[in-house]
Amino acid sequence: MLAPTITVNGSAGTLSGVDPSTTALDWLRSRGLTGAKEGCAEGECGACSIMVARPGDDGGTRWTAINACLVPAASLDGGEVVTAEGLGSPQSLHPVQHEMAVRGGSQCGYCTPGFICSMAAEYYRPDRMPVASADEHDHELDHEHGPNGFDLHSLSGNLCRCTGYRPIRDAAYALGEPDADDPFAGRCLAAPPALTSTRQEGPTGVYVRPTSLAAALDLYAAHPQAVLVAGSTDWGVEVNIRGARAPFAIGIDRLPELRTLDVGEDVIEIGAALTLSEIERRLDGRVPLLAKLFPQFASRLIRNGATIGGNLGTGSPIGDTPPALLALEAVIVLASTDGERDVPLADYFTGYRQTVKQPGELIRAIRVPLPLSGTTAFHKIAKRRFDDISSVAVGFALDVADGIVSRARIGLGGVAATPIRALATEAALEGQPWTADVARAAAAVLRQEGTPMDDHRASAAYRTATLGTALLKLHAETATPQEVGA
Amino acid sequence: MSALSDRPANPVVGQTIPHESAGLHVTGQALYTDDLTVRTHGVLHAHPVQAPHAHARITRMDTEPALAVEGVVRVLTKADVPGVNDAGVKHDEPLFPDEVMFYGHAVAWVLGETLEAARLGALAVEVDYDPLPALVNVKEAIAAERFQGATPRMERGDIDAGFAAAAHVFSGEFEFAGQEHFYLETHCSLAMVDESGQIFVQSSTQHPSETQDIVAHVMGIPSHEVTVQCLRMGGGFGGKEMQPHGFAAIAAIGATLTGRPVRLRLNRTQDLTMSGKRHGFHAQWRVGFNASGRLQALDATLTADGGWSLDLSEPVLARALCHIDNAYWVPNVRVNGRIAQTNKTSQTAFRGFGGPQGMLVMEDILGRCAPLLGLDAMELRRRNFYREGQSTPYGQPVKDADRMGTCWDQVTKTGEVERRRNQIATFNASHPTSRRALAMTPVKFGISFNLTAFNQAGALVHVYKDGSVLITHGGTEMGQGLHTKMLQVAATALGVPLSTVRLAPTRTDKVPNTSATAASSGADLNGGAVKNACEQIVDRLRGVASSILGVHPSDVRFSDGTVTSVGGGQVIPWGDLVNKAYFQRIQLWAAGFYRTEGLHWDSSVMHGSPFKYFSYGVAAAEVEVDGFTGAYRLRRVDIVHDVGDSLSPLLDIGQVEGAFVQGAGWLTLEDLRWDESDRPSRGRLATQAASTYKLPSFSEMPEVFNVALLERAHEEGAVYGSKAVGEPPLMLAFSVREALRQAAAAFGPAGISVDLASPATPEAVYWAVAEARRASEHGHVTEGGTGVVPDQSTADLRPAHPRSEQATNAATAGV
Repeated sequence: MLAPTITVNGSAGTLSGVDPSTTALDWLRSRGLTGAKEGCAEGECGACSIMVARPGDDGGTRWTAINACLVPAASLDGGEVVTAEGLGSPQSLHPVQHEMAVRGGSQCGYCTPGFICSMAAEYYRPDRMPVASADEHDHELDHEHGPNGFDLHSLSGNLCRCTGYRPIRDAAYALGEPDADDPFAGRCLAAPPALTSTRQEGPTGVYVRPTSLAAALDLYAAHPQAVLVAGSTDWGVEVNIRGARAPFAIGIDRLPELRTLDVGEDVIEIGAALTLSEIERRLDGRVPLLAKLFPQFASRLIRNGATIGGNLGTGSPIGDTPPALLALEAVIVLASTDGERDVPLADYFTGYRQTVKQPGELIRAIRVPLPLSGTTAFHKIAKRRFDDISSVAVGFALDVADGIVSRARIGLGGVAATPIRALATEAALEGQPWTADVARAAAAVLRQEGTPMDDHRASAAYRTATLGTALLKLHAETATPQEVGA
Repeated sequence: MSALSDRPANPVVGQTIPHESAGLHVTGQALYTDDLTVRTHGVLHAHPVQAPHAHARITRMDTEPALAVEGVVRVLTKADVPGVNDAGVKHDEPLFPDEVMFYGHAVAWVLGETLEAARLGALAVEVDYDPLPALVNVKEAIAAERFQGATPRMERGDIDAGFAAAAHVFSGEFEFAGQEHFYLETHCSLAMVDESGQIFVQSSTQHPSETQDIVAHVMGIPSHEVTVQCLRMGGGFGGKEMQPHGFAAIAAIGATLTGRPVRLRLNRTQDLTMSGKRHGFHAQWRVGFNASGRLQALDATLTADGGWSLDLSEPVLARALCHIDNAYWVPNVRVNGRIAQTNKTSQTAFRGFGGPQGMLVMEDILGRCAPLLGLDAMELRRRNFYREGQSTPYGQPVKDADRMGTCWDQVTKTGEVERRRNQIATFNASHPTSRRALAMTPVKFGISFNLTAFNQAGALVHVYKDGSVLITHGGTEMGQGLHTKMLQVAATALGVPLSTVRLAPTRTDKVPNTSATAASSGADLNGGAVKNACEQIVDRLRGVASSILGVHPSDVRFSDGTVTSVGGGQVIPWGDLVNKAYFQRIQLWAAGFYRTEGLHWDSSVMHGSPFKYFSYGVAAAEVEVDGFTGAYRLRRVDIVHDVGDSLSPLLDIGQVEGAFVQGAGWLTLEDLRWDESDRPSRGRLATQAASTYKLPSFSEMPEVFNVALLERAHEEGAVYGSKAVGEPPLMLAFSVREALRQAAAAFGPAGISVDLASPATPEAVYWAVAEARRASEHGHVTEGGTGVVPDQSTADLRPAHPRSEQATNAATAGV
């Protein structure tokens, strides 16, 4: 195995001797690249945002902004990183830096390098297209997209305490297209960094990243207590906030067998190590319920790292994919050296952060059966619209034929020790006409599902109340006007 | 016009320029205190040992196990304090406590070769505690009568006669939350000692002189042996006015004992659990209106949740009392204040410094009472504005009171308020599940430190032989653009291009005895001092130029890097004149000084004219509330704000916008929760991370955000006619809260009064909507005589100390 290497701002270097618990942020800062900052150490503020070269959709490379505070430096082995220092200098500002500087996009400046990296990644997004002038009216209605096609959600994982955001938005919306000789745009045309296997040892433990599923399963069988690390958006928090250290960690983020997405006739199979951003892009609205979920799932920075397998692997009761996937009746494919088995998601969770997953088993893929239900919605109750954790999350998938609910699947998060199906509510709906009266009656059932708790996010009473209104809201939004009045 | 406020022709002040460090910010080159760590050799890292009790006595501490951890160099305890074991200015904040006063209180600090070693060392320190009963909210402290510090009372007129004559008397209570500063850069200090043992601390501090004072008094050495420097801060907002001192002192002790640089940087959890926040308050109030809705009498008792120690709670409370009137004339007033002592972090300065809390009480009263008076809230507010010639309850004439009306009318016009209110009515009539509302609120905010002594500043201006200029002043840069404004002031005063002037970081060995960069006063005070220093130099150069130009010295003009006579003719380049002056042995540097004139304040009776002037502003906010969930969107905000003649418009608009969104965060989103259960975790901050304490993000930015600076707003007696801007716009966010209240009320029958919790989270708005829908009763406002009667203090009133007092200056401050 070769010594771990990394390219930072165009210069090759080595990661030799870096402990597996050392984050990319701490490593960069220890090298004197102090532009990226630690603001929260849990992927909430984005002050640590950097750009990494990731595979694009067409064989090329895509600059992708991630939270450097969450990922182990070792996981960047073989990769290419660009920080705010690498984009430009005070004497020669990058276009993103120029717009931010002249428009008052920085005040204290502490969050600014992170904003620069998130904004630059969106600047280089290949499908960012200026909005045609004919669509100007629509544009007015959608203040979250600029006339230059800039998606404001790309900055949803960056917090600024000084500006109130308006000048940052204006800087983002003023950006043009990269010049023909822009080196970062040019890099996107070439292949992404090659897949390399990594082994990094340090005082706190070992990090190993194999290049095939078979190798990963063998390792996991030999080290069943190992921590599996993909996007590290959950594990990074454990390391930074709770002081967790992994004697043995297996990096599974680049296993080719976990990074496929196949749309078949009966099923869509989603590789567990695909990031939520990649799934969002590759499904491109094919699963409307997931399309509604993605923009509400954490932030773009997190979605660029977090994998769908990771969101299920943690077994958290407040993960945002389970309520949607429960409503879709998704099946989890678990793999081990003994082979594979399929587990319906409804049977997967066994208790608070506990699942049926056995030692040595990892999630290879998630299957979504087809056809999809026609009426779907994802309701997330939280304090903040961008980048917050659910107090309550509800995934709906209803089939309504000739005004009758022929099938209802409802997944709930945040109201019990595990994500659950709202089975009683489903039963109250199925076979009934999709009317306001039925919705009201079923809503009363939904109110009683789960066992919500009081905590700092919300009171149990509010959780119960919003469970009750979720179905009414769905009905109000999906029923035809006559039915609303009914 | 006074010389201070006069602008010359072609001034550099008033130009729209970016922040002086913008190019460094956007390229990651700007250095903050912790960025120096990797650039400093042999640094040790400090990590706290935090107590897991809200209140407890320490019965045993064993640091030996920590020393056994590889990489641990030393454990700092009380025994290591060479001077006074006190981190505050009220002598009630032991740096190393015997008695744990809040959950997370640091009882010892571990120094390690790496942060990881220090962290593991801290885990190894053994501490035994004897838990004691803990009070963890203001109501518990009121019930237990546990108060600290002064109990000020502000009175005017005849309160009983005022109520007797009132057509309507209402009363109620209101408790509202504080706010975490959440500067993106957490507290950080880096201390080192030189060959003679002098201490150099680089600190993220808004108050380098006080950091210096505290380090000196903890170390037991004179102030001249301590130098404090602040390159810049990654945000301050008041949270680094008083709180950095103890951390700097820990680093200084460590550096002195080990001879190595010591870095103390709090991670976010430590910062949230250890450093003070905006005070939450509890208010009891009675208010009287006449038949036409004019305020006649206000009787209120404000109780600030001070946390475990006094810190700045007394001056915060004084400012709250001085701002309860906000923009409104109330002839008969009695307001009592007191500070609860609770087992929580020691609450401290936060943008507005008590002003927002006082004003929130009044705006809440008006928002709740307007429907009961049968008046539109907008009309009720406008009707009660101060008029020219009226005075505040503490006796200060309200100068330029008409500007409030000017701002109001301009917002009404440019914000198309009438047209939009009609649109909102149409929308609400046709949308069964959501409601919109638009509210307007005014701000009047007093500018100056309440304690007169703090209204002074110094600056040092060097002109080098080549004509280049270096300035230093006593203010610190935390993003507000103070350094940019000071560069503009210097360039204007010297008559040189901006590029001729550079600014060196704030250091106590350059400018001594500075006041905190706080109270929005940074540009007023330091600008006066920089201008004074520049004018001393210009006056000397004037003599040199007059002999060259053959004109009277007063006819010499300095502008844009050239020196001419008033009538034109010969042009002397600035650099040439400076060089000639050097050879004539003319002093080319100067120390500048400024003191704000015309202030007086008697804290014992809460009376006087503590403020140089008032800042004004008006905001109109439109919201939409979802009736299913209480979730809302801020659709549009229009603001007109008075910054005098702006020194730097891009920066001033940035301050207005940023303060507004920060204020909206306090009032709607940011939700500090302490564990109030009886479990062992009682008193623990439950929201101690960015994942649980939510700041405004892009989704809270107003979708349409129009900010205008009031024109023709020249301020006599302030530097180049400008006004302070840092704090006042925060309170424009009351408009958002009142719009949410009105939108919630719109789910019920017309004219209903609705209570709204603060912060008005989606959950709080949901419950307000539910209250409106029930419509069986108004909110918890009582009409008539038997409602809430504000507590009156019975003990002898202790005078308020309107600002922190050092032991050394308490006697001279005369308070």
